[in-house]
Amino acid sequence: MYHYDEHDHALVQDRVVQFRRQVERRMRGEISEEQFRPLRLMNGLYLQLHAYMLRVAIPYGTLDSRQMRKLAYIGRRYDRGYGHFTTRQNLQYHWPKLEDTPDILAELAEVEMHAIQTSGNCIRNVTSDQFAGAAKGEVEDPRIWCEIARQWSTLHPEFSFLPRKFKIAITGCQNDRAAVKIHDIGMIMKRDAAGEVGFEVIVGGGLGRTPFIAKTIREFLPKEHFLSYMEAILRVYNQLGRRDNKYKARIKVTVHETGSEEFTRLVEEEWLEIRDSSLKLPKEEADRIAAHFRPPEFRLLEAAAPAAEARAASDATFATWLRNNVHEHKATGYAIANISLKPRGEAPGDATSEQMDAMADLADEFSFGELRVTHAQNIVLPHVERDQLPTLYDRLVEAGLATPNIGLLSDIICCPGLDYCALASARSIPIAAQLSERFDLAEQQEIGPMQIKISGCINACGHHHVGHIGILGVDRKGEEHYQVQIGGSASEDAALGKILGRGFSADQVVDVVEKIIHTYLELRGEGEAFIETYRRIGQDPFKERVYGTD
Amino acid sequence: MGQVVIASRLSDGVVVFLSEPVGTDAVEWVTQLEGALVSADDARAGELLSLAEADAGERHEIVDPYLIDVEEEDGKLRPTKYREAIRCLGPTIRPDLGKQAEAENA
Repeated sequence: MYHYDEHDHALVQDRVVQFRRQVERRMRGEISEEQFRPLRLMNGLYLQLHAYMLRVAIPYGTLDSRQMRKLAYIGRRYDRGYGHFTTRQNLQYHWPKLEDTPDILAELAEVEMHAIQTSGNCIRNVTSDQFAGAAKGEVEDPRIWCEIARQWSTLHPEFSFLPRKFKIAITGCQNDRAAVKIHDIGMIMKRDAAGEVGFEVIVGGGLGRTPFIAKTIREFLPKEHFLSYMEAILRVYNQLGRRDNKYKARIKVTVHETGSEEFTRLVEEEWLEIRDSSLKLPKEEADRIAAHFRPPEFRLLEAAAPAAEARAASDATFATWLRNNVHEHKATGYAIANISLKPRGEAPGDATSEQMDAMADLADEFSFGELRVTHAQNIVLPHVERDQLPTLYDRLVEAGLATPNIGLLSDIICCPGLDYCALASARSIPIAAQLSERFDLAEQQEIGPMQIKISGCINACGHHHVGHIGILGVDRKGEEHYQVQIGGSASEDAALGKILGRGFSADQVVDVVEKIIHTYLELRGEGEAFIETYRRIGQDPFKERVYGTD
Repeated sequence: MGQVVIASRLSDGVVVFLSEPVGTDAVEWVTQLEGALVSADDARAGELLSLAEADAGERHEIVDPYLIDVEEEDGKLRPTKYREAIRCLGPTIRPDLGKQAEAENA
């Protein structure tokens, strides 16, 4: 994985000193809250319902065991003993003190981490496929390009005050685990007819109050033009993006209002001006970054894993974990192990400091010291020998991290909602917790692939628009109320769900989900997943079951 | 029943409430709703909010003061809106955190 050079170290250290002085000036009353707010937000520090919240960047969701231990330590030393992994592969602390924050940033800098650009109208953490560098069928490790984008976008003077925040996701697989089509820019690595590797460029995706699936504006972009083309997109957006109305300021609205053809023309026109400038990436520089992402030295192993197979044959719970949480690896004899942060009845994405330490230890022992954060708020050990899986599983059980529900109904994406967030209209975590308690594992297994996504307000941090079942919390006459939609997807077949009808009270919404699930179970074809059944039969049968036929 | 001024403490973000001044003109902030100064009418509430805003600008101990509606239930103050009720207690899914935990431990 990437390690800081002297420039990275200097930048992050300078920022710690700078923010320490800003906090001191604020505490002394030399600057007002109005003056201080944008400064703290540039360092990922929000003021939420109960306390401050610090959002720490985890670039493209990759971290090593040393970094995970530091996150655990900060949680224990400066917070309340836990952290919350987010849909942007970051980590949030929900209880830091302002006066401690410079020390926290200094701790993070020790392990090449920071909170820069985790808030504000700038280019945020670039996200990626959590299986990058491990997935079978990957064109190329997308993290090389995420890192290049990170270096280009960090403190980019032209793009530090965009019309609105800007999110980029890059994947190296056709099977999209990074939800690239709901990002401001999505890049999908592919080969052209000549076998050259480049990118399909998609623009204008996003959720919030006006959701859009991104549109392809270039079928193939050679790698050397990666930066110049992104710069061209950002320049057009920076010129055309609405600054008069924050609800219309994202690039998705710019693309929609301009029209994707005209927007594409403007980008291409701008690109012609800069494509052969210093933004044209020299191959040596790309190779230098790529060297940081060389695969670990995998052992030459047999495909068969007798220890894992024997355990699976005699231990049904292990077999379930193996089936749901373990994914095929590109190297023979290796596997990708998902660690679910969705135990029954608990807040999705939360991990205690003890669990973070345990995951760091397991990464050292089983996965070359490497971990990943997923946009679905889970953790991944990317490179595990298949025959080590039984031992890993036993250790996960000891740490309370062996919930075997990846991809099932209780693997819910969920924002913090009104339990923490100052912007939220309703709580989301209790709904997720109730759903995970309503359906036991055997039922979830019977239901099959199911993505439920819950947001506590229209900002859609819980991605409800692209859930197979999406739930949106709203405030209706002073009561928490929930809209339900179905048919969304964040994968390569990305689609926005459709609202079922009138909303429901907090004590009705779990029953409604159950009715939707039962309708699916009754009407599904042989081997048909929920989303496939929905696409075949449409919304009406679900609506009839939920609302009756009156 | 009335309104109280709620805010966040600058140093740590903890939720605080405007309280009865102990001295002549000093503004007091307390961490429990029970200690909050309740204004029975809008005019008085407006005065308290102005006082809080001035204090935020002068002493720099609190930020973002605003008024919330409260009522009395079983002899205890409680916010009428669920958002503020959560803010005054802590996360509903973590009773071990926030003011609800402090009350439990008191």
